[in-house]
Amino acid sequence: MTNLVEVRKLTIEATTDSGRLVEIIKGVSLDIAEGEIIALIGESGSGKTTVALSLMGHARPGCRITGGELNVNGKNMAALSEKERARLRGTDIAYVPQSAAAAFNPSSTIMEQVIEVTRIHRLMPPEQARKRAVELFRALSLPDPEGIGARYPHQVSGGQLQRLAAAMALIGDPKLVIFDEPTTALDVTTQIDVLKAFKSVMKAGGIAGVYVSHDLAVVAQIADRIVVLKGGEVQETGTTAELLSAAKHPYTRELLAAFEPKPRQARADAEAATKELLRIDNVTAGYGPARDNGLPLIRAVDSVSLVVEKRRNLGVIGESGCGKSTLARVIAGIHPAAAGDIVFDGKQLERAARKRSQDQLREMQIVFQYADTALNPAKPVEDIISRPLAFYHRLDRQQRSKRVDELLDMVRLPRALRYRHPAELSGGQKQRVNFARALAASPKLIICDEITSALDTVVASAVIELLKELQRELGLSYIFISHDLSVVEAICDEIMVMYKGQRVEQITPDKVKTPSHPYSKLLFSSVPKLDPTWLDGLVRDPELVSQYGHR
Amino acid sequence: MTMARAASSRRSFLGHSYNLVGVVASLVILAWTLVAIFAPYIIPHPIGDIVDDDYFGPMRQGLWLGSDYLGRDMLSRVLMGARYTVGISLAAVSIACFSGVVLGMIAAVTGGWLDSCLSRFLDAMNSIPSKLFGLVVVAAVGSSIPVLILTLAVIYVPGAYRFARALAVNINTMDFMTVARVRGESTVYLIGSEILPNIIRPVLADFGLRFVFIVLLLSGLSFLGLGLQPPLADWGALVRENIGGLPFAAPAVIVPSLAIASLTISVNLLIDNLPQKIRDRDA
Repeated sequence: MTNLVEVRKLTIEATTDSGRLVEIIKGVSLDIAEGEIIALIGESGSGKTTVALSLMGHARPGCRITGGELNVNGKNMAALSEKERARLRGTDIAYVPQSAAAAFNPSSTIMEQVIEVTRIHRLMPPEQARKRAVELFRALSLPDPEGIGARYPHQVSGGQLQRLAAAMALIGDPKLVIFDEPTTALDVTTQIDVLKAFKSVMKAGGIAGVYVSHDLAVVAQIADRIVVLKGGEVQETGTTAELLSAAKHPYTRELLAAFEPKPRQARADAEAATKELLRIDNVTAGYGPARDNGLPLIRAVDSVSLVVEKRRNLGVIGESGCGKSTLARVIAGIHPAAAGDIVFDGKQLERAARKRSQDQLREMQIVFQYADTALNPAKPVEDIISRPLAFYHRLDRQQRSKRVDELLDMVRLPRALRYRHPAELSGGQKQRVNFARALAASPKLIICDEITSALDTVVASAVIELLKELQRELGLSYIFISHDLSVVEAICDEIMVMYKGQRVEQITPDKVKTPSHPYSKLLFSSVPKLDPTWLDGLVRDPELVSQYGHR
Repeated sequence: MTMARAASSRRSFLGHSYNLVGVVASLVILAWTLVAIFAPYIIPHPIGDIVDDDYFGPMRQGLWLGSDYLGRDMLSRVLMGARYTVGISLAAVSIACFSGVVLGMIAAVTGGWLDSCLSRFLDAMNSIPSKLFGLVVVAAVGSSIPVLILTLAVIYVPGAYRFARALAVNINTMDFMTVARVRGESTVYLIGSEILPNIIRPVLADFGLRFVFIVLLLSGLSFLGLGLQPPLADWGALVRENIGGLPFAAPAVIVPSLAIASLTISVNLLIDNLPQKIRDRDA
């Protein structure tokens, strides 16, 4: 059996600002057989997307394919002219991007864009292309396959758009489809539908695929073989079952270990004697003009009550748009509540942060999801961390410098990092700096808004471990907001499930296997497991899916 | 390939990369600045003295740039003209950019009615043609150096405001601004420490561009006779008073025009070729 794709000793170089050449792919070799799906997995910066894009003969701006062979369907992609490559793209090789929302043109209909490939390559008349597109929509189990093509991209959901992007890729009957993290931006409940659709279409058409992802559990469901990349080199290759059960390479094991839920030892600290730190009662907040009853038109958070106890953690979980981030902003006073009470440490808090006292602000810190935007890119790490020290604690320059060192030690960052700017740090380091700034205020409560979502699995699990340690040392409480159940499970004493702005259930981690509310059931059962047979064996209550899923 | 070529035409110095055009432009600007500062000490003749028997005299020994329409030394007049052109423009652009940028940042950070009022008012200011505004002011209060500076500054505040506000609004939506607000920081800190460092480069580029506009407007006003009054003369006034020399190809009319061109073009080129900080993680 001949291989569809044969990559031999591929090297790709990038040019830095100072004109230095950096080898980012260092001699990668891999094979893909006809109809086989392989997964490229690794942390960000490991070169997985670069390798995947090179299969189309494409290197991102500033990068260059400098060596090796790239045989796809018998043609060396690296040696072809740009014109010849363009002829193959869309017909032999197709690409499904990470963010379908950004890949669709908002100003023309979906059908026009899906059949564009057939028009460019003159594959078939438009009438036939439309028929073929509808067949694909049906195969990808999109709702209303006949009518969905007439809509515009903003009129369908994110999961549907991702499947439509796949339809766009498949219409030219490619032999190889490259998926670049296609489900990373989706909710777990949606992800399942998309994964199932991809899998059935690829199997039915016998199409080979390259699936780029950092999520081992997702990859386990769809790939035949897994290639683990790190630092531009192949670390390990193996069939999915092999790799999951008997990983040889230490990095692969690390990836697997990051997935194992590390259950929190149930702390029997009677000394803390459950003292209430934060209580919110029937808080409602939202957007749009206030109506007669003083409540906003669109209620993102609807009469939510919760209690956080001292030295204990509350997890808030739910899909995107359920109001969990708004809840965090309401508590922090960034988005003042329209109704309800917030009591912090025994005192009633003003709804708007502007009216709260400096001490109240200091004791409750919020850490945001994207460290990229949460750290001022124009300032060195030192200045970022020392500002709360100067502002709240009025430390002088020497004391500040000493304290910055301590804080960097606390978040396990080398002290020399203090002179760097945020752009010169990795994602995990940025998130640690972000966290160190919150710690600098010496808070009692830290609200963590999806702080691990933008991080790789291994890095995220290290950050979670750090949070646990700091809690033991400093006696903090966290409100931990996430859409990732395994993260919340790992760190929280209580888990609150939100759906459409309302609290649907509050349970403890040991009971997540048996939630009582139907939405929690659907949500918890949708989290992918490290078991290749999980997706095929998954049976979901169709009634639940139709009630709560976004199809 | 194109990347490699672009990279090699730039050199690096002190962690910044720069290119030749930018260096030449900054040397021209530096030269004019030095001239503006030291003009009174280096001019060969007082600017009001008639030193030539002929008018529109050619370039020759002793009168290196010829003489003007009254037989005065052109070299001295151009050197002193640099002082007025660069000095007045620099003062005006500094006032315009400082007030415009500060107001713009405050509007972006505060929002609400203050933002609306400021924006509408300055938009209205912006709709007045600049030359006409200058004409009216000079006609009303007469021409003097402080009046010129203030008039030019007022004309260019709305542009600087709009520019800074547009930049600051983008920065204002970043999470670090929210973090600073929740920390309880004052507006002064927000605009000075959080926003300004992020917009300073485009603001400086805008500063240079506005400087060019002001030089041209000042020259235009002087050409119309509304700028500096004789015997003082900036470059625009020099072009106007010697316009009669044009048929004789007198250096007296060509040299001040070249001076205006060299300064404005250099500033423009410098803005386009500012040194760039090299961001290279491992180097």
